[in-house]
Amino acid sequence: MPVSDLMQLAAELIFLGSVATAFVGAAIAIFNPILIRGIAGLALSFLGVAGIYYFLSSPFLTFMQVLIYIGAICVTLVFAVMLAGNGAEKKPEKRKPLPTLMAALACSAFTGFLLYAALTAQWKAAPSTQLDGSPGRIGEAFLSTYSMSFELISVVLVVAMIGALLLSRDGRDKQ
Amino acid sequence: MLSYLNYLNDTMPCLMAILRLIVCIVCILAFVGLNAAYLVWLERKLAGRIQRRIGPKEVGPFGLLQPLADGIKLMTKQLFLPDGIDRILYLLAPMLVMTTAFMCFVTIPFGEGLVARELDLGLLAIFAFASINVLGLLLGAWASRNKYSMISSARVVSQNVAYEIPMLLVVASLLMVTGTLNLHDIVAEQAGGFWNWNVLRLNASPLMPVAFLIFFVCTLAETNRTPFDLAEAESELVAGSFTEYGSMGFGLFFMGEYANMVVGSTLISILFLGGWNCPFGIFPGPHWLFLKLYALISTVMWIRWTFPRTTFYGLLNLSWKVLIPIALVNLLITGALVKVF
Repeated sequence: MPVSDLMQLAAELIFLGSVATAFVGAAIAIFNPILIRGIAGLALSFLGVAGIYYFLSSPFLTFMQVLIYIGAICVTLVFAVMLAGNGAEKKPEKRKPLPTLMAALACSAFTGFLLYAALTAQWKAAPSTQLDGSPGRIGEAFLSTYSMSFELISVVLVVAMIGALLLSRDGRDKQ
Repeated sequence: MLSYLNYLNDTMPCLMAILRLIVCIVCILAFVGLNAAYLVWLERKLAGRIQRRIGPKEVGPFGLLQPLADGIKLMTKQLFLPDGIDRILYLLAPMLVMTTAFMCFVTIPFGEGLVARELDLGLLAIFAFASINVLGLLLGAWASRNKYSMISSARVVSQNVAYEIPMLLVVASLLMVTGTLNLHDIVAEQAGGFWNWNVLRLNASPLMPVAFLIFFVCTLAETNRTPFDLAEAESELVAGSFTEYGSMGFGLFFMGEYANMVVGSTLISILFLGGWNCPFGIFPGPHWLFLKLYALISTVMWIRWTFPRTTFYGLLNLSWKVLIPIALVNLLITGALVKVF
């Protein structure tokens, strides 16, 4: 077997490795009862997703994923857990039947919808000329084609900020 | 015979690539390890001089074998696991800190072609990997279930969040001038002489020296060095995040800290001080980068043994009320000047 084929194989293995990392991390995040380990799993999952971005030939997205999702969001989550106190010794509360049923229904409906969409959609073939995921092109796309979604994201952030202010304000009044 | 030659032709570039990869990894590991070991020695020597002592001198000439002795001691010590810790995270955290420190070196160019992997987004990659470092400290602190560690980790987060903002703002204004995230190109733009260095590019932005100072202060804070070492304040928090760590667990945290210091100083030299360019435009080469790098590190140590620790409010106020406004003004001025000229 020529070495170039071996390199190809190695590249594919690394790709599958990042997919596996994303899945394993997500599984840890969902199933681990210890909150802080769940966050560590989430960070692992984000790392796997960053690896997939790299194979989609956008190193910019890869590093942004690591910088924002692991470096900022996971750190903030860990910090929030620390402020909330040590939850490791607490046993999870027993599930109430009605909310569990409703959550299960909603989740399966959403999964069904996603599956239906994925199976019936007319998938376009990948473009033959690959666009480079360079920061310049991404910036242009954000400020022209996708300027609407770009602005909407900022609205989401504003809502989150107002919510946070409201929560902290309320907490101070109670004291 | 011919088929064998064809085979060789086909395989040689790949084999060379693999060989280069291995050499790069070994070099980075050796560089980080040696730096961590001998920077501790340098720090002890400098501290000694500053305090009118002579520092380590017993082991080897000038105490030069002291790091080796320290390393052997750390590695042969029992890996002690305290009661009530989160075992998995306790063991993973130091490795996370060390790995991310290693990863930062992958895209740092030390000279023309002296880089493990040249990336167009090299600067971004370094910031991305460096940002994981905090997560390692946090997880280690949480896993060791110690109140000193917890207090320290709360400080680490607020400190890092506070100083990452002015740092990135300053970098953003610098990038407006350079127009690239490629570290090699950033250095190439500063060739010629010290008047071409980014720190003195007053025509691009008159606030460039201020930007340099802000970046330097932020590096001090991000690497938890005095006067911002509140996370590891020995007199009140024992050893901060790694209070419960012994033997090589502690060793890895310690090495990670020194590695991050090297990364920070290298970044300052590359971004502001012309990288491997000579101040007078003759004989550029890696030796200039190393000279600047170790001069900066010695400055950092000099500051550590000269200034006392700030208070926590002083630290946060400095960032939010002083550095961030100046960095924002700097960003505006640079943007306006880039747009006008």
